[in-house]
Amino acid sequence: MPLLNLTLKVWRQENANTEGRIETYEAKEIPTSASFLEMIDIVNERIIKEGGEPIHFDHDCREGICGMCSMTINGVPHSKERGITTCQLHMRKFSDGDTIWIEPFRANAFPVVKDLVTDRSSFDRIIGAGGYISVRTGSAPDAHAIQIPKPDADAAFDAAACIGCGACVAACKNASAMLFVSAKASHLNHLPQGQAEKDQRVLGMVKQMDQEGFGNCTNQFECEAVCPKEISADHIAKLNRDYLTASARSSVS
Amino acid sequence: MNLDSKVPKGPLADKWKSHKMDSKLINPANKRKFKIIVVGSGLAGGSAAATLSELGYQVDCFCYQDSPRRAHSIAAQGGINAAKNYQNDGDSVHRLFYDTIKGGDFRSREANVHRLAEVSTEIIDQCVAQGVPFAREYGGLLDNRSFGGAQVKRTFYARGQTGQQLLIGCYQALEKEIAKGGVTMHPRTEMLDLVVVDGQAKGIVVRNLVTGKVSSHAADAVILATGGYGNVFYLSTNAMGCNVMAAFRAHKRGAYMANPCYTQIHPTCIPVSGDYQSKLTLMSESLRNDGRIWVPKSKEDAAAIREGKKSATDIPEDERDYYLERKYPSFGNLCPRDIASRAAKECCDEGRGVASTGLGVFLDFADAIARDGEDAIRARYGNLFQMYEKISGDDPYTQPMQIYPAVHYTMGGLWVDYNLMSNLPGLHVLGEANFSDHGANRLGASALMQGLADGYFVIPSTIAVYLAKQTPGSVTTDHPEFKKTENTVKDRLKSLMEIKGNKSVDTFHRELGLLIWDKCGMARDKEGLQHALKRIPEIRQEFWTNLRIPGSANGLNVELEKAGRVADFIDFAEVLCHDALNREESCGGHFRSEHQFTEADTEVQDGTTQAGEAKRHDDQYQYVAAWEHTEPGTPPILHKEELIYEEVQPSIRSYK
Repeated sequence: MPLLNLTLKVWRQENANTEGRIETYEAKEIPTSASFLEMIDIVNERIIKEGGEPIHFDHDCREGICGMCSMTINGVPHSKERGITTCQLHMRKFSDGDTIWIEPFRANAFPVVKDLVTDRSSFDRIIGAGGYISVRTGSAPDAHAIQIPKPDADAAFDAAACIGCGACVAACKNASAMLFVSAKASHLNHLPQGQAEKDQRVLGMVKQMDQEGFGNCTNQFECEAVCPKEISADHIAKLNRDYLTASARSSVS
Repeated sequence: MNLDSKVPKGPLADKWKSHKMDSKLINPANKRKFKIIVVGSGLAGGSAAATLSELGYQVDCFCYQDSPRRAHSIAAQGGINAAKNYQNDGDSVHRLFYDTIKGGDFRSREANVHRLAEVSTEIIDQCVAQGVPFAREYGGLLDNRSFGGAQVKRTFYARGQTGQQLLIGCYQALEKEIAKGGVTMHPRTEMLDLVVVDGQAKGIVVRNLVTGKVSSHAADAVILATGGYGNVFYLSTNAMGCNVMAAFRAHKRGAYMANPCYTQIHPTCIPVSGDYQSKLTLMSESLRNDGRIWVPKSKEDAAAIREGKKSATDIPEDERDYYLERKYPSFGNLCPRDIASRAAKECCDEGRGVASTGLGVFLDFADAIARDGEDAIRARYGNLFQMYEKISGDDPYTQPMQIYPAVHYTMGGLWVDYNLMSNLPGLHVLGEANFSDHGANRLGASALMQGLADGYFVIPSTIAVYLAKQTPGSVTTDHPEFKKTENTVKDRLKSLMEIKGNKSVDTFHRELGLLIWDKCGMARDKEGLQHALKRIPEIRQEFWTNLRIPGSANGLNVELEKAGRVADFIDFAEVLCHDALNREESCGGHFRSEHQFTEADTEVQDGTTQAGEAKRHDDQYQYVAAWEHTEPGTPPILHKEELIYEEVQPSIRSYK
């Protein structure tokens, strides 16, 4: 199996209250079939052996669904490969001798916890502000009582595929969370079950998004380009429409 | 100790209904006085926390991830079973019950499994109402597919990410309750010990993973929904953080560990490619609806494929062995997981394996693509095919996938009674962390069903049986037992930090995993298990003298987190091997090479089964093995819960 020798330029930061810096590491004899995170594992193993502290990074499922891994690789969240998370990136995409820059997802609303680990709890609070359908356990009608046309169900699913990683925010020059918020709202707003709370959902989520310190959307669509689930920026347009009608209705009532 | 399963009396089909009717209720004004701790935020923990809060209880929920939405339930791909019979193909609660009991090789508790089948239908209603986007037909109704061990279509699915969609539904309900103040969420917080006051579970000690601060939390009852122990094998389909610590801490404090030897090896995973590998990736069982599994008939062809001299498409049809279709004609490629995994191992042991390591078989979609067209296959499995292509670099639309079995799920876990309470009063255990519903083997699409059944429908009702006898708030963290437990935790962290040896945590974990996979994996025997039981104390000895953890305990330190988990995996591995050694039979995921059918058996001669199949010994082992922890160096003590079958007659499991 071909082996790669690489140079890594990695963001190291002790905690949220200290300054960060770029450190240089050599990644030696990396198999091309290893994943990007396994490459970091190999480097960390060596750092530990040499008495240093390993590079901290968030990761868990390592199969592209938990949304925990979050690295900006050569300036692009989850790397320049389309439709994948960092953990799904494999070293066969790199060449021997490459220099790779690795940084955290950067945004004011995602403060650095340590090295490449950031705090994305702002997303949870946005969901709590309306990103749900209120249905008390045990109170639901039979599942077939609600028929949903397949195109609506599919559209809802396309939005629901969001894994909440925050790459959309990290890619945006304004650190806007509009792709995330619009996908979450759009999932529920496309469904008949989601209509009753639609207005308060949209108003609540947008208000919380603003309070968390995310920036505004200026329709550049870097978010769509880096989204590992390839969620369309069309959802942003839908959110804007839903927000407008909800605002109008709430000002009348 | 007498293990009382507390199964209600009366006919099987009425037990759950009458139990709910006969159990004490807690009135709404009193509910808000009770505090409940939930550890884990996956399908079982998340749904329990949200529902208990809706009912009015005060809930504290803990998870080690940065958000409850990331719990590993999220990675489940294929689907969730429910006895809706929307397909009109003869499904019923009783059939789902029977399939699950038989799939579990007659080693699960009838009453629990029947209840699971009963509430399965309510789960689908609940999830649809929450907005879970299950697959639909053009008429707007829900679609179903089949999974292993069933001859009906009862699996509901959401493309290849059913787990994430169900978890998002439950996470949204949880966030709603957090925002309302009913649930206090503690993310990036790990349970390091259970606090037992006067023989009852009354709280936990946790470490904030970001600040390193150790603290105590008291409650009227504790719920563990902390998943399985698959990562004892190091390589598995589990997430990197999945661990047995919470369950094992409870075990050390007196809770019995039941049937740990029942581990599920999933037949369709991407094969191992090198020793740097950190995890294995599952390819959903749903692929077996359309994919055909085969290896070459001849060793020579297999060798040529391994060496790259031939490819799968060079092997003519009559030189291929579709071994599952050959051995199990009525279930074919959809036979249960334990059977499919062992059959793959047999082929590879015979030298007919593919993949460069020889540990791989083909999963071929050529016939399905020819029959239904590439677009139809893409619509069904597009994201799974893409996932395979990203990892392996091969295109499954033109070349068959290469797959091999990998550790996936653990049926064993903490012992619980019908109310999901362990032998330690106050401690309740849900989902994969308990042992109760899947026997010796779990059927596909039943894990999500059990997690949500336990969390949404069972525990909200059964926890009242315990709480009704408690005075709310009677124990607080001022009780000296909390300080004592906290000090034990701090001492342990300190001793880990002070070892200052030369080897990393992962080195030990990998060594342990290889040993357990080798000696207590897809096939086990007495000699191997005894060898493992001799090696584990040596690994422990080296771990506690030669481990290196850089940094400090006062802040985020992943090496320290991993060290605590691996220390418990080492101790847990002993219980696992003791259980496997004790169980002198083969059943489901537990295959003892000494106990298999041979040509000499009448059951083989009369065609009931075939040579090489698992041989149970119901006369001696029709019981749940519940292990009590003892001091280090002494083997755990076995307690038995006899399994009584009133409805089903245990038989030789046949999928021919």
